[in-house]
Amino acid sequence: MANIVLIDTRKCMACRGCQVACKDWNQLPAGVTKFRGTYTNPLTLQPHTWTHLVFTETDQGRWLFAKYACMHCTDAACVEVCPLGAVRRLKNGTVWHDADKCAGCGLCVEQCPFNVPRINKFTRVMGKCTGCAERTMNGLQPACVATCPSGALEYGERKELLAKARARVEELQEQGFDQACLYGETEMGGLGRVYILTRPPAEYGLPENPQPAASAWFWRAAKGPLRKLASLTLVSGAMFSLLRWRAERIQGKRGDQKAV
Amino acid sequence: MTNHWIDYQHSDVIMAIGVNTAENHPMSMRWIERARAKGARLISVDPRLTRTAAVADIWLPLRPGTDIALLGGLINYALENDLFHREYVVHYTNASYILRADYAFSDGVFSGLEGGKYNTQSWQYELDDEGRPLQDPTLQHPRCVFQVLKKHYSRYDRDTVCKITGCNPADFDKVAATYCATGKPGKAGNILYAMGITQSTHGTQNVRAIAILQLLLGNIGIPGGGVNAQRGEANVQGSTDMAMLFHLLPGYLNMPQAKDHATLADYLAKETPASGYWSNKPKFFISLLKAWWGDAATADNEYCYHWLPKLDGRNRSHMAIFDAMQQGEIRGMFVWGQNPAVGGPNAEYERKALEKLDWMVAVDIFETETASFWRRPGVNPTDIKTEVFLLPAAASYEKEGTVSNSGRWIQWRYQAVAPPGQAKSDLWIADKLYKAIRAAYQQDGVFPDPIVNLHWNYGGEGEEEPDIEQVALEINGYDADGRPLRDFTLLRDDGATACGCWIYSGYYNDLEDPPAKRRIREEQGIGTNPDWAFAWPLNRRILYNRCSSDPRGKPWNSQVPLIWWEDGQWRMNDVPDFGWKDILPEQSAKAPFIMLPELQARLFSPTVADGPLPEHYEPVESPVKNLLSSQQHNPVVTFLPCLGKLAVTDEYPYIGTTYRVSEHWQSGIMTRNSPWLAELAPEMFVEISTRLADSLGIANGDKVVVTTPRGQIQAVAYVTRRLKPLAVNGQMVEIVGMPWHWGYRGLFPGDSANVLTPHVGDPNTSIPEYKAFLCNIRRA
Repeated sequence: MANIVLIDTRKCMACRGCQVACKDWNQLPAGVTKFRGTYTNPLTLQPHTWTHLVFTETDQGRWLFAKYACMHCTDAACVEVCPLGAVRRLKNGTVWHDADKCAGCGLCVEQCPFNVPRINKFTRVMGKCTGCAERTMNGLQPACVATCPSGALEYGERKELLAKARARVEELQEQGFDQACLYGETEMGGLGRVYILTRPPAEYGLPENPQPAASAWFWRAAKGPLRKLASLTLVSGAMFSLLRWRAERIQGKRGDQKAV
Repeated sequence: MTNHWIDYQHSDVIMAIGVNTAENHPMSMRWIERARAKGARLISVDPRLTRTAAVADIWLPLRPGTDIALLGGLINYALENDLFHREYVVHYTNASYILRADYAFSDGVFSGLEGGKYNTQSWQYELDDEGRPLQDPTLQHPRCVFQVLKKHYSRYDRDTVCKITGCNPADFDKVAATYCATGKPGKAGNILYAMGITQSTHGTQNVRAIAILQLLLGNIGIPGGGVNAQRGEANVQGSTDMAMLFHLLPGYLNMPQAKDHATLADYLAKETPASGYWSNKPKFFISLLKAWWGDAATADNEYCYHWLPKLDGRNRSHMAIFDAMQQGEIRGMFVWGQNPAVGGPNAEYERKALEKLDWMVAVDIFETETASFWRRPGVNPTDIKTEVFLLPAAASYEKEGTVSNSGRWIQWRYQAVAPPGQAKSDLWIADKLYKAIRAAYQQDGVFPDPIVNLHWNYGGEGEEEPDIEQVALEINGYDADGRPLRDFTLLRDDGATACGCWIYSGYYNDLEDPPAKRRIREEQGIGTNPDWAFAWPLNRRILYNRCSSDPRGKPWNSQVPLIWWEDGQWRMNDVPDFGWKDILPEQSAKAPFIMLPELQARLFSPTVADGPLPEHYEPVESPVKNLLSSQQHNPVVTFLPCLGKLAVTDEYPYIGTTYRVSEHWQSGIMTRNSPWLAELAPEMFVEISTRLADSLGIANGDKVVVTTPRGQIQAVAYVTRRLKPLAVNGQMVEIVGMPWHWGYRGLFPGDSANVLTPHVGDPNTSIPEYKAFLCNIRRA
């Protein structure tokens, strides 16, 4: 049964406990950052920053907060395209990434409509939120949810939380947030991270109608034969090298990633 | 605070003023959200759109330092529109008391101002032949407190208030209507405050204004109400209770003054009121002396009263200490878990003052800016003669002890890990230090008696950790046989009991199962959780709780009854804060505030240094004239000789204000050394409006220089729409906001905002005015 994290942005006060708890549980290093005229820091997700809080000042003088990380899509493009099966969807809905299998080829980077996966330049391994599967499979909440003081994050069964979320949106609309809406109910087959928003998704930088890149069909079609190829021990080494080479090319070309 | 964190869930309206609760007390939002789930509203009063303001239902921007104008406006609104809780006010406050005929207030000054100080004689009540205050329960007498209050605040009409504060009149109306609606019986309004209220030259009066508003609306002593000071550090409540202040002894006993209190009898006679619970003060005081000097303290030697240091009448607060240091009066200093080189006002002055010391001992978990003042940027270490010792201390998880939270809950914490390297617990350091000093005095020394006779029985032989439970027992109090006292009602003034802090008595009264270690969640009830830790005093969770019911004992809000009269007896969800055993409701209703001699709350207070009623004055450095009177600032403000030049608007046209962010803690020495936190907020920044940035040609992310007469700092500019200029009496006033977490040490250093702040303070507490001063800003 699929579980989700429900993110009630109305209850989020951007303390960034989630951002630190993620680094703590996953033992991810801190980067050296600069203050760049916004509280958002780092500005983008990184191989060693799997979730971050984005602060958006709107023209109307509002200050919107939303936590970003992998959306754990039901129809996850990264799962579809990964030639080595390093990204897969677990039974509980988590899009799990196996670093040992990853060659850092970057196909997932190209396909993700949320611009989530990041390739570590040095280790050549993709980094993204693992959904704390090692916690959730053992009866614990994801680290970010466990630390949230205000109750803005909730982890649980998709159907139940969706029902709760719909009621909450209605309640917000009654309170005068006439543009309150849900995000993630249907996108990409249903996201594993569902947002309760008080403003339209675009104001938070969320894509209106997320789609995998157009080339996804090709990789989906090619995945079968490629996997078979990879399973042959003789050629797997060569294939790994090929994907590594590709990763280097992408790295050189793309430079810094655009913010989510 | 009068109430506690979990109790916020019962509020109907929560007003956060001078506190950024979401950013600096994130856990508070759990309970605020619980209240909002039931329809409560959150109001944030703050110059900036903070993270609290961003999630609030109403944001009211106001000019820094004008809280009394706003609160006075709300008081006036409640009175003018008859929204106050009349029955509560008549029964539980001093509204009906008649004041002396010579009490007067004119042009911003109260009667009795003599030589920069108030003589409070004319602020007293008119007494009858038996010495009891005269009262008029109809509240009609022109000299009764209610009428005087009403007249005083009638000057705080909406237009005047908005001109002073820069509030938008429509926003003011919204806040006034929303908040004053809690004056209805059964409704609960909760005011949260912190340093935005206290760090002012009228900080005490800011708090008083909150208390008056809450009393008028019947919001004190009820679930979901209260005057709730959110303390800025995990255990700052504990350090205040234990008297880390120059003018107090543990448990809020006043420090003796050499001039007034030559003998124990003098102290007790002058400090003990005739009525109210403080009439027990001799029991608390003598038990304290017994705790400190044990068997050496006897009736014959006035329980060693003469061994207690006395104040000499001079101000010995933080700013004054640095002044004295600058003048060469202080030779040595212990800086223990404090970092004045970053946190003190006029920080560069304070750093320079440290150079006058012969020696300094810094005890901390990192090398702070204070500990390394001798090698700070711009000085040559060889020019500084001070000998500096750095003692590495254990952090909170590396030692055992209690932490007292803002709700007065004393909670035991166990050691999780051993301290690294040579780091030691504070208790270990204090114990070894004392033993070495005692050994030195046993050899030789001036006046050795108070040192060598100190009752010091905490073990800690050799390198051992002293027994902290012995310290806990001493604080709790024990009888002549050394058995823990149940609570402070058993304290005696004949030397038969000892108690290190009377208000804590009861927190460690059972060595097998001390209440401070209890962790039992309440299964049903209203969130008071009586078996989770211990709340001082007497495990009372909500102070003044007689006021939760009407004079007949019926709860104002029957959904959340706290203590009420039912079927001929008292029923309770909390420990009563009033005489209740064999006492009927109508009788107890006459004495709901047992700590005051009147036994009723003071709307009008004859004991505050700067006036019986809060009056709006401008901060000492202000860009505008006081619109309410010709008295520009508090007439009895604490100026320190070292203040130097004040800023004037020609050179320093903008209001500077300081604050904290979620990501850092205090002077930042812990958090700037934590890479995960420093990554989130790596550099010193200042927040300015887009309008100010445009006029000065500053772009978002530019380096800027902020100056005051005290000094200058560099920072990164954050040009934001969250900070707007305010229209103050037709003039646009700009604000420069800055966090004060940075200094020259640690992994992520930066300039300190407190280099800019002035050495001026509140006349009651000497707390510095960090929140409103004048500054200038330019591109670097």
